[in-house]
Amino acid sequence: MFQKLKKYQFLFEELVKRDFKKKYKRTILGMGWSVLSPLLQLLVMTVVFTKFFGRNTPHYMIYIFCGTLNFNYFSEATKGGMRTIMGNAGIFTKVTVPKYLFLLSKNVQSLINYGLVLVVFFVFVAFDGLAFTWKFFFLLYPICCLILFNIGVGMILSALFVFFRDIQYLYDVFTMLLMYLSAIFYTIDRYSYKGQCAFLLNPIYLFIRYFRKIVIEATIPTIWFHLLMAADVAIVLGLGCFMYKKYNTRFLYYV
Amino acid sequence: MSVLEVNDVSIRYLTGDFKDIGLKEYVMRKLTRNYRVTEFWADRHISFKLEKGEMLGIIGSNGAGKSTLLKVVSGIMEPTEGWVKRKGNIAALLELASGFDGELNVKENAYLRGAMLGYTRKFMDETYGRIIEFAELQDFQDRPFKQLSSGMKSRLAFSIASLVQPDILILDEVLSVGDGAFRKKSEEKMREIIAGGATTILVSHALSQVQELCTKVLWLEKGNQIAFGDTDIICGFYQQYLDRKIALDQAKTELERGTE
Repeated sequence: MFQKLKKYQFLFEELVKRDFKKKYKRTILGMGWSVLSPLLQLLVMTVVFTKFFGRNTPHYMIYIFCGTLNFNYFSEATKGGMRTIMGNAGIFTKVTVPKYLFLLSKNVQSLINYGLVLVVFFVFVAFDGLAFTWKFFFLLYPICCLILFNIGVGMILSALFVFFRDIQYLYDVFTMLLMYLSAIFYTIDRYSYKGQCAFLLNPIYLFIRYFRKIVIEATIPTIWFHLLMAADVAIVLGLGCFMYKKYNTRFLYYV
Repeated sequence: MSVLEVNDVSIRYLTGDFKDIGLKEYVMRKLTRNYRVTEFWADRHISFKLEKGEMLGIIGSNGAGKSTLLKVVSGIMEPTEGWVKRKGNIAALLELASGFDGELNVKENAYLRGAMLGYTRKFMDETYGRIIEFAELQDFQDRPFKQLSSGMKSRLAFSIASLVQPDILILDEVLSVGDGAFRKKSEEKMREIIAGGATTILVSHALSQVQELCTKVLWLEKGNQIAFGDTDIICGFYQQYLDRKIALDQAKTELERGTE
Protein backbone atom coordinates (compact mmCIF):
# COMPACT_ATOMS: atom_id res chain seq x y z
CA MET A 1 0.00 0.00 0.00
CA PHE A 2 2.72 2.45 1.00
CA GLN A 3 4.84 1.45 -1.91
CA LYS A 4 1.90 2.12 -4.20
CA LEU A 5 1.38 5.51 -2.59
CA LYS A 6 5.01 6.34 -3.09
CA LYS A 7 4.85 5.26 -6.69
CA TYR A 8 1.94 7.56 -7.42
CA GLN A 9 3.03 10.43 -5.22
CA PHE A 10 4.60 12.28 -8.14
CA LEU A 11 1.50 11.85 -10.28
CA PHE A 12 -0.69 12.98 -7.42
CA GLU A 13 1.33 16.13 -6.90
CA GLU A 14 1.23 16.92 -10.58
CA LEU A 15 -2.52 16.41 -10.71
CA VAL A 16 -3.12 18.71 -7.75
CA LYS A 17 -0.91 21.32 -9.38
CA ARG A 18 -2.78 20.98 -12.65
CA ASP A 19 -6.22 21.34 -11.07
CA PHE A 20 -5.02 24.34 -9.13
CA LYS A 21 -3.52 26.12 -12.10
CA LYS A 22 -6.56 25.50 -14.23
CA LYS A 23 -8.93 26.80 -11.64
CA TYR A 24 -7.39 30.22 -11.25
CA LYS A 25 -6.23 30.70 -14.78
CA ARG A 26 -7.11 34.08 -16.23
CA THR A 27 -8.65 35.48 -13.08
CA ILE A 28 -7.12 38.69 -11.79
CA LEU A 29 -7.65 37.87 -8.14
CA GLY A 30 -6.64 34.23 -8.52
CA MET A 31 -6.85 32.52 -5.19
CA GLY A 32 -8.45 35.63 -3.72
CA TRP A 33 -11.73 34.38 -5.11
CA SER A 34 -11.62 31.36 -2.85
CA VAL A 35 -12.06 33.70 0.07
CA LEU A 36 -13.96 36.52 -1.55
CA SER A 37 -16.82 34.58 -3.03
CA PRO A 38 -17.94 32.90 0.20
CA LEU A 39 -17.63 36.24 1.98
CA LEU A 40 -19.84 37.97 -0.55
CA GLN A 41 -22.32 35.14 -0.25
CA LEU A 42 -22.27 35.53 3.51
CA LEU A 43 -22.80 39.25 3.23
CA VAL A 44 -25.80 38.83 0.96
CA MET A 45 -27.38 36.22 3.19
CA THR A 46 -26.83 38.19 6.37
CA VAL A 47 -28.25 41.38 4.90
CA VAL A 48 -31.25 39.63 3.38
CA PHE A 49 -32.19 37.72 6.47
CA THR A 50 -31.57 40.40 9.07
CA LYS A 51 -32.94 43.39 7.17
CA PHE A 52 -35.77 41.82 5.18
CA PHE A 53 -36.79 38.92 7.35
CA GLY A 54 -35.87 40.51 10.65
CA ARG A 55 -34.02 37.60 12.19
CA ASN A 56 -32.37 38.26 15.49
CA THR A 57 -30.62 35.01 16.36
CA PRO A 58 -27.55 35.81 18.50
CA HIS A 59 -24.29 35.84 16.53
CA TYR A 60 -26.35 35.44 13.42
CA MET A 61 -23.49 36.07 11.02
CA ILE A 62 -21.37 33.34 12.58
CA TYR A 63 -24.44 31.14 12.66
CA ILE A 64 -24.80 31.46 8.89
CA PHE A 65 -21.05 31.24 8.34
CA CYS A 66 -20.93 27.85 10.10
CA GLY A 67 -23.53 26.71 7.61
CA THR A 68 -22.17 28.13 4.38
CA LEU A 69 -18.57 27.21 5.21
CA ASN A 70 -19.34 23.52 5.53
CA PHE A 71 -22.08 23.34 2.96
CA ASN A 72 -20.01 25.06 0.28
CA TYR A 73 -17.11 22.72 0.86
CA PHE A 74 -19.41 19.74 0.57
CA SER A 75 -21.09 21.06 -2.54
CA GLU A 76 -17.88 22.08 -4.31
CA ALA A 77 -15.96 18.91 -3.51
CA THR A 78 -18.74 16.57 -4.56
CA LYS A 79 -19.77 18.47 -7.69
CA GLY A 80 -16.15 18.64 -8.80
CA GLY A 81 -15.62 15.02 -7.83
CA MET A 82 -18.57 13.91 -9.91
CA ARG A 83 -16.89 14.96 -13.12
CA THR A 84 -13.40 13.69 -12.42
CA ILE A 85 -13.77 10.31 -14.09
CA MET A 86 -15.58 11.58 -17.16
CA GLY A 87 -13.45 14.69 -17.39
CA ASN A 88 -10.20 12.75 -17.47
CA ALA A 89 -11.49 9.94 -19.67
CA GLY A 90 -9.04 10.95 -22.40
CA ILE A 91 -6.20 10.10 -20.06
CA PHE A 92 -7.05 6.74 -18.64
CA THR A 93 -8.28 5.30 -21.89
CA LYS A 94 -4.65 5.67 -22.99
CA VAL A 95 -2.59 5.16 -19.87
CA THR A 96 -3.02 2.77 -16.97
CA VAL A 97 -3.39 4.97 -13.90
CA PRO A 98 -5.54 4.56 -10.81
CA LYS A 99 -8.63 6.65 -11.41
CA TYR A 100 -9.23 7.51 -7.77
CA LEU A 101 -6.17 9.78 -7.87
CA PHE A 102 -8.08 12.21 -10.06
CA LEU A 103 -10.89 12.33 -7.55
CA LEU A 104 -8.53 12.77 -4.62
CA SER A 105 -6.67 15.59 -6.32
CA LYS A 106 -9.95 17.42 -6.88
CA ASN A 107 -10.74 16.90 -3.22
CA VAL A 108 -7.39 18.29 -2.16
CA GLN A 109 -8.12 21.39 -4.15
CA SER A 110 -11.49 21.90 -2.47
CA LEU A 111 -9.86 21.20 0.85
CA ILE A 112 -7.30 23.97 0.33
CA ASN A 113 -10.18 26.30 -0.41
CA TYR A 114 -11.96 25.16 2.70
CA GLY A 115 -8.82 25.79 4.73
CA LEU A 116 -8.57 29.35 3.48
CA VAL A 117 -12.19 30.09 4.26
CA LEU A 118 -11.77 28.45 7.65
CA VAL A 119 -9.02 30.95 8.51
CA VAL A 120 -11.33 33.81 7.59
CA PHE A 121 -14.05 32.16 9.63
CA PHE A 122 -11.87 32.26 12.74
CA VAL A 123 -11.07 35.91 12.13
CA PHE A 124 -14.81 36.60 12.02
CA VAL A 125 -15.31 34.62 15.20
CA ALA A 126 -12.72 36.77 16.94
CA PHE A 127 -14.34 39.98 15.69
CA ASP A 128 -17.73 38.84 16.86
CA GLY A 129 -16.44 38.66 20.40
CA LEU A 130 -16.79 34.89 20.76
CA ALA A 131 -14.19 33.36 23.04
CA PHE A 132 -11.68 30.86 21.70
CA THR A 133 -11.59 27.91 24.06
CA TRP A 134 -9.66 24.65 24.11
CA LYS A 135 -12.87 23.08 22.87
CA PHE A 136 -12.08 24.48 19.43
CA PHE A 137 -9.67 21.58 18.97
CA PHE A 138 -12.71 19.34 18.78
CA LEU A 139 -13.50 20.95 15.42
CA LEU A 140 -10.85 18.67 13.94
CA TYR A 141 -13.30 15.82 14.33
CA PRO A 142 -16.07 17.15 12.07
CA ILE A 143 -13.47 18.48 9.63
CA CYS A 144 -11.85 15.04 9.22
CA CYS A 145 -15.26 13.43 8.98
CA LEU A 146 -16.36 15.92 6.33
CA ILE A 147 -13.24 15.27 4.25
CA LEU A 148 -13.89 11.53 4.25
CA PHE A 149 -17.58 12.07 3.67
CA ASN A 150 -16.88 14.20 0.60
CA ILE A 151 -14.50 11.60 -0.83
CA GLY A 152 -17.16 8.94 -0.35
CA VAL A 153 -19.90 10.98 -2.00
CA GLY A 154 -17.49 11.93 -4.80
CA MET A 155 -16.76 8.26 -5.48
CA ILE A 156 -20.43 7.40 -5.65
CA LEU A 157 -21.27 10.34 -7.89
CA SER A 158 -18.35 9.92 -10.27
CA ALA A 159 -19.27 6.27 -10.78
CA LEU A 160 -22.93 7.14 -11.35
CA PHE A 161 -22.01 9.97 -13.67
CA VAL A 162 -20.24 7.62 -16.06
CA PHE A 163 -23.31 5.47 -16.38
CA PHE A 164 -25.99 8.10 -16.45
CA ARG A 165 -25.25 11.70 -17.21
CA ASP A 166 -28.67 12.76 -15.98
CA ILE A 167 -27.27 12.63 -12.51
CA GLN A 168 -25.62 16.05 -12.86
CA TYR A 169 -28.98 17.80 -13.17
CA LEU A 170 -30.59 15.71 -10.51
CA TYR A 171 -27.71 16.39 -8.18
CA ASP A 172 -27.98 20.15 -8.70
CA VAL A 173 -31.58 20.03 -7.59
CA PHE A 174 -30.68 17.69 -4.77
CA THR A 175 -27.98 19.98 -3.38
CA MET A 176 -30.38 22.89 -3.48
CA LEU A 177 -32.92 20.88 -1.54
CA LEU A 178 -30.22 19.79 0.85
CA MET A 179 -29.20 23.39 1.41
CA TYR A 180 -32.71 24.35 2.49
CA LEU A 181 -32.91 21.28 4.71
CA SER A 182 -29.59 21.98 6.43
CA ALA A 183 -30.82 24.90 8.54
CA ILE A 184 -28.15 27.19 7.21
CA PHE A 185 -30.00 30.44 7.78
CA TYR A 186 -32.85 29.42 10.09
CA THR A 187 -33.04 27.84 13.52
CA ILE A 188 -34.92 24.65 14.17
CA ASP A 189 -36.29 25.30 17.68
CA ARG A 190 -39.74 26.12 16.42
CA TYR A 191 -40.20 22.57 15.15
CA SER A 192 -41.57 19.76 17.29
CA TYR A 193 -39.15 17.35 19.00
CA LYS A 194 -39.72 14.80 16.24
CA GLY A 195 -39.08 17.42 13.58
CA GLN A 196 -35.81 18.37 15.22
CA CYS A 197 -34.73 14.74 15.36
CA ALA A 198 -35.44 14.43 11.66
CA PHE A 199 -32.76 17.04 11.01
CA LEU A 200 -30.21 14.69 12.54
CA LEU A 201 -30.77 12.33 9.65
CA ASN A 202 -29.11 14.87 7.40
CA PRO A 203 -25.32 14.37 7.64
CA ILE A 204 -24.60 17.90 6.45
CA TYR A 205 -26.70 19.27 9.25
CA LEU A 206 -24.61 17.26 11.71
CA PHE A 207 -21.40 18.91 10.54
CA ILE A 208 -22.93 22.36 10.71
CA ARG A 209 -24.50 21.72 14.10
CA TYR A 210 -21.18 20.51 15.48
CA PHE A 211 -19.49 23.74 14.44
CA ARG A 212 -22.23 25.85 16.00
CA LYS A 213 -22.16 23.94 19.25
CA ILE A 214 -18.43 24.43 19.66
CA VAL A 215 -18.10 27.96 18.35
CA ILE A 216 -21.29 29.68 19.46
CA GLU A 217 -22.46 27.60 22.42
CA ALA A 218 -19.00 26.45 23.58
CA THR A 219 -20.26 22.95 24.38
CA ILE A 220 -18.98 19.62 23.19
CA PRO A 221 -21.66 17.47 21.52
CA THR A 222 -22.58 14.16 23.12
CA ILE A 223 -20.81 10.93 22.36
CA TRP A 224 -23.91 9.80 20.44
CA PHE A 225 -23.60 12.79 18.18
CA HIS A 226 -20.01 11.77 17.42
CA LEU A 227 -21.01 8.20 16.74
CA LEU A 228 -23.86 9.20 14.48
CA MET A 229 -21.48 11.31 12.40
CA ALA A 230 -18.92 8.50 12.23
CA ALA A 231 -21.63 6.07 11.12
CA ASP A 232 -22.73 8.39 8.31
CA VAL A 233 -19.17 8.73 7.11
CA ALA A 234 -18.54 4.99 7.30
CA ILE A 235 -21.66 4.19 5.28
CA VAL A 236 -20.96 6.71 2.55
CA LEU A 237 -17.25 5.96 2.28
CA GLY A 238 -17.91 2.22 2.32
CA LEU A 239 -20.49 2.49 -0.42
CA GLY A 240 -18.18 4.72 -2.44
CA CYS A 241 -15.25 2.29 -2.23
CA PHE A 242 -17.54 -0.61 -3.08
CA MET A 243 -18.90 1.12 -6.18
CA TYR A 244 -15.48 2.24 -7.27
CA LYS A 245 -14.08 -1.24 -6.91
CA LYS A 246 -17.00 -2.82 -8.70
CA TYR A 247 -17.18 -0.44 -11.65
CA ASN A 248 -13.55 0.63 -11.86
CA THR A 249 -12.79 -1.55 -14.87
CA ARG A 250 -16.19 -1.16 -16.45
CA PHE A 251 -16.01 2.63 -16.68
CA LEU A 252 -13.96 2.35 -19.83
CA TYR A 253 -16.75 0.80 -21.81
CA TYR A 254 -18.95 3.79 -21.26
CA VAL A 255 -16.71 6.86 -21.24
CA MET B 1 8.60 -18.83 -20.31
CA SER B 2 6.74 -16.38 -22.51
CA VAL B 3 6.81 -12.67 -21.80
CA LEU B 4 3.25 -12.15 -22.92
CA GLU B 5 0.45 -14.65 -23.02
CA VAL B 6 -3.05 -13.85 -24.22
CA ASN B 7 -5.48 -16.68 -23.58
CA ASP B 8 -8.90 -16.88 -25.20
CA VAL B 9 -9.57 -13.19 -24.71
CA SER B 10 -12.96 -11.76 -25.64
CA ILE B 11 -14.09 -8.18 -25.19
CA ARG B 12 -17.69 -7.14 -25.28
CA TYR B 13 -19.17 -3.70 -25.61
CA LEU B 14 -22.80 -3.15 -24.77
CA THR B 15 -24.75 -0.49 -26.62
CA GLY B 16 -28.18 0.78 -25.77
CA ASP B 17 -28.25 -0.61 -22.25
CA PHE B 18 -29.40 1.41 -19.28
CA LYS B 19 -25.98 2.76 -18.48
CA ASP B 20 -25.34 3.82 -22.03
CA ILE B 21 -28.48 5.81 -22.75
CA GLY B 22 -29.25 7.43 -19.41
CA LEU B 23 -32.30 7.56 -17.22
CA LYS B 24 -34.67 9.54 -19.42
CA GLU B 25 -34.00 7.58 -22.58
CA TYR B 26 -34.29 4.34 -20.62
CA VAL B 27 -37.73 5.24 -19.32
CA MET B 28 -38.83 6.45 -22.75
CA ARG B 29 -37.75 3.29 -24.48
CA LYS B 30 -39.25 1.10 -21.79
CA LEU B 31 -42.58 2.89 -22.24
CA THR B 32 -42.52 2.61 -26.01
CA ARG B 33 -41.27 -0.98 -25.74
CA ASN B 34 -38.23 -0.04 -27.74
CA TYR B 35 -35.67 -1.02 -25.13
CA ARG B 36 -33.06 -3.33 -26.56
CA VAL B 37 -29.51 -4.09 -25.59
CA THR B 38 -27.11 -4.94 -28.35
CA GLU B 39 -23.95 -6.82 -27.66
CA PHE B 40 -20.92 -6.06 -29.69
CA TRP B 41 -17.90 -8.29 -29.44
CA ALA B 42 -14.86 -6.23 -30.37
CA ASP B 43 -12.65 -9.29 -29.96
CA ARG B 44 -13.60 -12.94 -29.80
CA HIS B 45 -11.43 -15.81 -28.57
CA ILE B 46 -8.03 -14.29 -29.25
CA SER B 47 -5.04 -16.35 -28.13
CA PHE B 48 -1.34 -15.91 -28.71
CA LYS B 49 2.00 -16.14 -26.96
CA LEU B 50 5.13 -14.07 -27.40
CA GLU B 51 8.67 -14.86 -26.29
CA LYS B 52 11.32 -12.33 -25.32
CA GLY B 53 12.53 -10.22 -28.22
CA GLU B 54 9.78 -11.27 -30.60
CA MET B 55 7.93 -8.71 -32.64
CA LEU B 56 4.27 -9.18 -33.40
CA GLY B 57 2.44 -7.36 -36.15
CA ILE B 58 -1.33 -7.09 -35.89
CA ILE B 59 -3.08 -6.68 -39.22
CA GLY B 60 -6.69 -6.43 -40.30
CA SER B 61 -9.10 -3.90 -41.74
CA ASN B 62 -10.60 -1.01 -39.82
CA GLY B 63 -12.79 -2.12 -36.94
CA ALA B 64 -11.14 -5.51 -36.71
CA GLY B 65 -10.58 -5.04 -32.98
CA LYS B 66 -6.88 -4.26 -33.10
CA SER B 67 -6.84 -1.18 -30.89
CA THR B 68 -9.19 -2.76 -28.36
CA LEU B 69 -6.91 -5.77 -28.16
CA LEU B 70 -3.95 -3.48 -27.51
CA LYS B 71 -5.84 -1.82 -24.68
CA VAL B 72 -6.38 -5.17 -23.06
CA VAL B 73 -2.78 -6.22 -23.55
CA SER B 74 -1.53 -2.97 -22.00
CA GLY B 75 -3.85 -3.38 -19.02
CA ILE B 76 -6.03 -0.35 -19.65
CA MET B 77 -9.06 -2.57 -20.14
CA GLU B 78 -10.03 -5.84 -18.51
CA PRO B 79 -11.15 -8.57 -20.89
CA THR B 80 -14.75 -9.72 -20.58
CA GLU B 81 -13.56 -13.32 -20.89
CA GLY B 82 -10.14 -14.93 -20.86
CA TRP B 83 -6.95 -13.62 -19.34
CA VAL B 84 -3.67 -11.88 -20.16
CA LYS B 85 -0.37 -12.65 -18.48
CA ARG B 86 2.48 -10.16 -18.72
CA LYS B 87 6.03 -10.13 -17.42
CA GLY B 88 7.91 -6.90 -16.87
CA ASN B 89 6.91 -3.31 -17.55
CA ILE B 90 4.88 -2.19 -20.51
CA ALA B 91 5.14 0.97 -22.53
CA ALA B 92 2.10 1.59 -24.69
CA LEU B 93 2.15 4.23 -27.37
CA LEU B 94 -1.52 4.49 -28.23
CA GLU B 95 -3.02 7.45 -30.07
CA LEU B 96 -0.27 9.64 -28.81
CA ALA B 97 -1.50 13.18 -29.02
CA SER B 98 -4.61 12.71 -26.89
CA GLY B 99 -4.76 12.89 -23.14
CA PHE B 100 -2.79 16.10 -22.81
CA ASP B 101 -4.21 19.18 -21.18
CA GLY B 102 -4.66 22.11 -23.52
CA GLU B 103 -4.51 24.72 -20.78
CA LEU B 104 -1.14 23.72 -19.40
CA ASN B 105 2.16 24.53 -21.06
CA VAL B 106 4.58 22.10 -22.63
CA LYS B 107 6.71 21.60 -19.55
CA GLU B 108 3.77 21.02 -17.24
CA ASN B 109 2.26 18.56 -19.68
CA ALA B 110 5.54 16.72 -20.02
CA TYR B 111 5.80 16.30 -16.27
CA LEU B 112 2.19 15.22 -15.98
CA ARG B 113 2.56 12.63 -18.70
CA GLY B 114 5.81 11.40 -17.21
CA ALA B 115 4.10 11.00 -13.86
CA MET B 116 1.33 8.99 -15.48
CA LEU B 117 3.81 6.65 -17.08
CA GLY B 118 5.23 6.00 -13.64
CA TYR B 119 8.47 7.98 -13.85
CA THR B 120 9.80 9.71 -10.76
CA ARG B 121 10.25 13.45 -10.38
CA LYS B 122 13.98 13.02 -10.17
CA PHE B 123 14.01 11.09 -13.41
CA MET B 124 11.94 13.78 -15.11
CA ASP B 125 14.20 16.55 -13.83
CA GLU B 126 17.16 14.74 -15.27
CA THR B 127 15.68 13.86 -18.60
CA TYR B 128 13.42 16.82 -19.33
CA GLY B 129 16.12 18.53 -21.36
CA ARG B 130 16.61 15.43 -23.48
CA ILE B 131 12.88 15.06 -24.05
CA ILE B 132 12.48 18.60 -25.30
CA GLU B 133 15.53 18.31 -27.45
CA PHE B 134 14.36 15.06 -29.00
CA ALA B 135 10.91 16.50 -29.64
CA GLU B 136 12.52 19.66 -31.05
CA LEU B 137 10.29 21.87 -28.95
CA GLN B 138 12.92 24.08 -27.28
CA ASP B 139 11.26 27.29 -28.50
CA PHE B 140 7.78 26.27 -27.42
CA GLN B 141 8.30 25.30 -23.79
CA ASP B 142 6.13 28.04 -22.29
CA ARG B 143 3.35 27.89 -24.82
CA PRO B 144 -0.05 26.59 -23.78
CA PHE B 145 -0.49 23.16 -25.22
CA LYS B 146 -3.55 24.01 -27.27
CA GLN B 147 -1.47 26.33 -29.42
CA LEU B 148 0.77 23.51 -30.60
CA SER B 149 0.24 21.69 -33.86
CA SER B 150 -0.86 18.08 -33.70
CA GLY B 151 2.50 16.98 -35.07
CA MET B 152 4.27 18.73 -32.20
CA LYS B 153 1.98 17.10 -29.67
CA SER B 154 2.69 13.63 -31.00
CA ARG B 155 6.40 14.40 -31.07
CA LEU B 156 6.37 15.31 -27.40
CA ALA B 157 4.28 12.27 -26.51
CA PHE B 158 6.61 10.00 -28.39
CA SER B 159 9.71 11.52 -26.80
CA ILE B 160 8.37 11.01 -23.29
CA ALA B 161 7.07 7.51 -23.84
CA SER B 162 10.16 6.21 -25.60
CA LEU B 163 12.53 7.27 -22.83
CA VAL B 164 12.63 4.04 -20.92
CA GLN B 165 13.64 0.58 -21.97
CA PRO B 166 10.41 -1.41 -21.57
CA ASP B 167 10.07 -5.20 -21.57
CA ILE B 168 6.95 -4.98 -23.70
CA LEU B 169 6.45 -2.18 -26.19
CA ILE B 170 3.08 -1.54 -27.79
CA LEU B 171 2.85 0.62 -30.89
CA ASP B 172 -0.41 1.67 -32.47
CA GLU B 173 0.51 3.12 -35.84
CA VAL B 174 2.94 5.49 -34.25
CA LEU B 175 5.81 4.92 -36.56
CA SER B 176 4.21 7.59 -38.69
CA VAL B 177 4.59 10.41 -36.18
CA GLY B 178 5.47 13.92 -37.26
CA ASP B 179 7.13 15.10 -40.44
CA GLY B 180 9.68 13.22 -42.55
CA ALA B 181 12.74 14.11 -40.50
CA PHE B 182 11.14 13.27 -37.21
CA ARG B 183 9.68 10.06 -38.57
CA LYS B 184 13.15 8.87 -39.39
CA LYS B 185 14.39 9.79 -35.95
CA SER B 186 11.49 8.05 -34.23
CA GLU B 187 11.98 4.93 -36.31
CA GLU B 188 15.59 4.81 -35.28
CA LYS B 189 14.63 5.18 -31.64
CA MET B 190 12.07 2.43 -32.07
CA ARG B 191 14.65 0.07 -33.54
CA GLU B 192 16.97 0.88 -30.66
CA ILE B 193 14.33 -0.17 -28.15
CA ILE B 194 13.51 -3.30 -30.11
CA ALA B 195 17.19 -4.14 -30.41
CA GLY B 196 17.41 -3.74 -26.63
CA GLY B 197 15.38 -6.93 -26.35
CA ALA B 198 11.87 -5.58 -25.93
CA THR B 199 8.97 -7.73 -27.00
CA THR B 200 7.05 -5.53 -29.36
CA ILE B 201 3.51 -5.40 -30.68
CA LEU B 202 2.90 -3.26 -33.71
CA VAL B 203 -0.40 -2.35 -35.32
CA SER B 204 0.05 -1.12 -38.82
CA HIS B 205 -1.79 -0.81 -42.07
CA ALA B 206 1.48 -0.76 -43.97
CA LEU B 207 1.94 -4.40 -44.88
CA SER B 208 5.49 -3.85 -46.10
CA GLN B 209 6.45 -2.44 -42.72
CA VAL B 210 4.99 -5.46 -40.95
CA GLN B 211 6.75 -7.87 -43.29
CA GLU B 212 10.02 -6.10 -42.81
CA LEU B 213 9.96 -5.81 -39.02
CA CYS B 214 7.81 -8.52 -37.52
CA THR B 215 8.66 -12.09 -36.61
CA LYS B 216 5.04 -13.09 -35.97
CA VAL B 217 1.73 -11.85 -37.31
CA LEU B 218 -1.78 -11.86 -35.89
CA TRP B 219 -4.57 -11.37 -38.40
CA LEU B 220 -7.87 -10.09 -37.04
CA GLU B 221 -11.08 -9.58 -38.96
CA LYS B 222 -14.31 -8.31 -37.33
CA GLY B 223 -13.02 -9.34 -33.92
CA ASN B 224 -12.19 -12.88 -34.95
CA GLN B 225 -8.73 -14.34 -35.02
CA ILE B 226 -8.07 -15.48 -38.58
CA ALA B 227 -4.52 -16.59 -38.04
CA PHE B 228 -1.47 -16.27 -35.82
CA GLY B 229 1.98 -17.35 -36.80
CA ASP B 230 4.56 -17.01 -39.51
CA THR B 231 4.84 -13.53 -41.04
CA ASP B 232 5.39 -14.34 -44.70
CA ILE B 233 2.65 -16.95 -45.04
CA ILE B 234 -0.03 -14.87 -43.31
CA CYS B 235 0.96 -11.64 -45.01
CA GLY B 236 0.79 -13.48 -48.33
CA PHE B 237 -2.78 -14.57 -47.73
CA TYR B 238 -3.70 -11.15 -46.34
CA GLN B 239 -2.45 -9.48 -49.49
CA GLN B 240 -4.51 -11.90 -51.59
CA TYR B 241 -7.53 -11.15 -49.42
CA LEU B 242 -7.01 -7.41 -49.86
CA ASP B 243 -6.78 -7.87 -53.61
CA ARG B 244 -10.06 -9.82 -53.42
CA LYS B 245 -8.43 -12.86 -54.93
CA ILE B 246 -9.42 -15.05 -52.03
CA ALA B 247 -12.38 -15.16 -49.65
CA LEU B 248 -11.88 -14.82 -45.91
CA ASP B 249 -13.15 -18.31 -45.09
CA GLN B 250 -10.96 -19.85 -47.72
CA ALA B 251 -7.89 -18.01 -46.42
CA LYS B 252 -8.70 -19.12 -42.93
CA THR B 253 -9.08 -22.82 -43.76
CA GLU B 254 -5.94 -22.82 -45.86
CA LEU B 255 -3.97 -21.09 -43.13
CA GLU B 256 -5.24 -23.56 -40.56
CA ARG B 257 -4.26 -26.43 -42.82
CA GLY B 258 -0.86 -24.85 -43.34
CA THR B 259 -0.05 -24.55 -39.67
CA GLU B 260 -1.08 -28.09 -38.80
